[in-house]
Amino acid sequence: MNGGVGDPAELGPRPEAEIPPEACECAPENPVEQFLRTDRMPHIWCPGCGIGTTVNSFARALLEAKVDLDRVAVVSGIGCTGRVAGYVRLDSFHTTHGRAIPFATGLKLANPNLLVVVYSGDGDLFAIGGNHIIHAARRNLDIKVICVNNFVYGMTGGQVAPTTPVGATTTTTPYGCFEPAFNLPALMDAAGAVYVARWTSYHVRQLTRAMVDIFRKKGFCFIEVITPCPTLYQRKNRMGEGLDAMKYYKEKSKVRHGAPTSEVALTLDGDIIVGKFVDRERPEYMELMRSQLAAQLGDRYVEVEHLVCS
Amino acid sequence: MPKGYVAINVERCKGCGFCVEFCPTHVLAMSSAFNSKGYHPPHVVNPDKCTGCDLCGMYCPDFAIYGWKAPESKNGAKRDAAR
Repeated sequence: MNGGVGDPAELGPRPEAEIPPEACECAPENPVEQFLRTDRMPHIWCPGCGIGTTVNSFARALLEAKVDLDRVAVVSGIGCTGRVAGYVRLDSFHTTHGRAIPFATGLKLANPNLLVVVYSGDGDLFAIGGNHIIHAARRNLDIKVICVNNFVYGMTGGQVAPTTPVGATTTTTPYGCFEPAFNLPALMDAAGAVYVARWTSYHVRQLTRAMVDIFRKKGFCFIEVITPCPTLYQRKNRMGEGLDAMKYYKEKSKVRHGAPTSEVALTLDGDIIVGKFVDRERPEYMELMRSQLAAQLGDRYVEVEHLVCS
Repeated sequence: MPKGYVAINVERCKGCGFCVEFCPTHVLAMSSAFNSKGYHPPHVVNPDKCTGCDLCGMYCPDFAIYGWKAPESKNGAKRDAAR
């Protein structure tokens, strides 16, 4: 663990925000500041990258849902989005590549009271970690997965990812990607997730709302967030800066709540169907385990909060 | 009296322009000045229009800007009475 809430004295000087002089009396602190390891700011994400915006929504969702922060654990894998675990001032763990879900599984099973949030990228969760995520969804383990999808492997230099749309140029597909891409909501829906939504970094309020929803919902919840990658994906595909991507999301996003997930696949320059696609109830993994053990063992099985050592 | 205020942490800004583009009341503009990393941070050009909605704060990927609503103080009551 990276440790919990740090001692403010150890965190070094805090860069001050410029507050208008006439507003000094009523000026609050930035509401997300308390969720950040401010000693590590500015972060490494490129200008125009949308990951910071998703972290912003995440912090606001934690505030809005009034979650006990001592109960939250953020687990991330490797990649640009993997850095989130190092920037949030919460209990967090930066796991090896693709193993965020196995770590989160262990964490949740060992301490079922935790709110375990897996915050990672498309490459980490669906390429090297693809096997793990479908089984976590199949078991309906009570973890919350936020997948930031920027269509390439950002940190390693813009290689083709399982989510790269057909026709897109990346460093490893100089003549255009010809592999069909994963449709992440359809994959998660088929694997059994109880909550599947997609938003973009343009939809900050809806994204915050969706995060509040998953913090309150039991079971395997999945949110895909489309974000700009100006340095690699957009530069290679002549799509402009981060702001151009945000304008594209604004223009091309169509909100369709409850849309069949088979119809929400992404293309290189087509519409982006966003919304809450799946919200259903299924028995959760721990409940299933307990009921099975109780049925099989009868009064030889007992539920206890803590083990008592005599 | 504006209804809200924004505070900008210029040294954290990377000049992406999200806040300038998406401010609903067009309070901000990109400044010609540089911060110490060489980016152009936003500048408040229409402070009176600010509603303190904090949408700039929600969009900012660098946690460098945030807005807040002016408190409903006795000044506000006076202002309303004067109308």
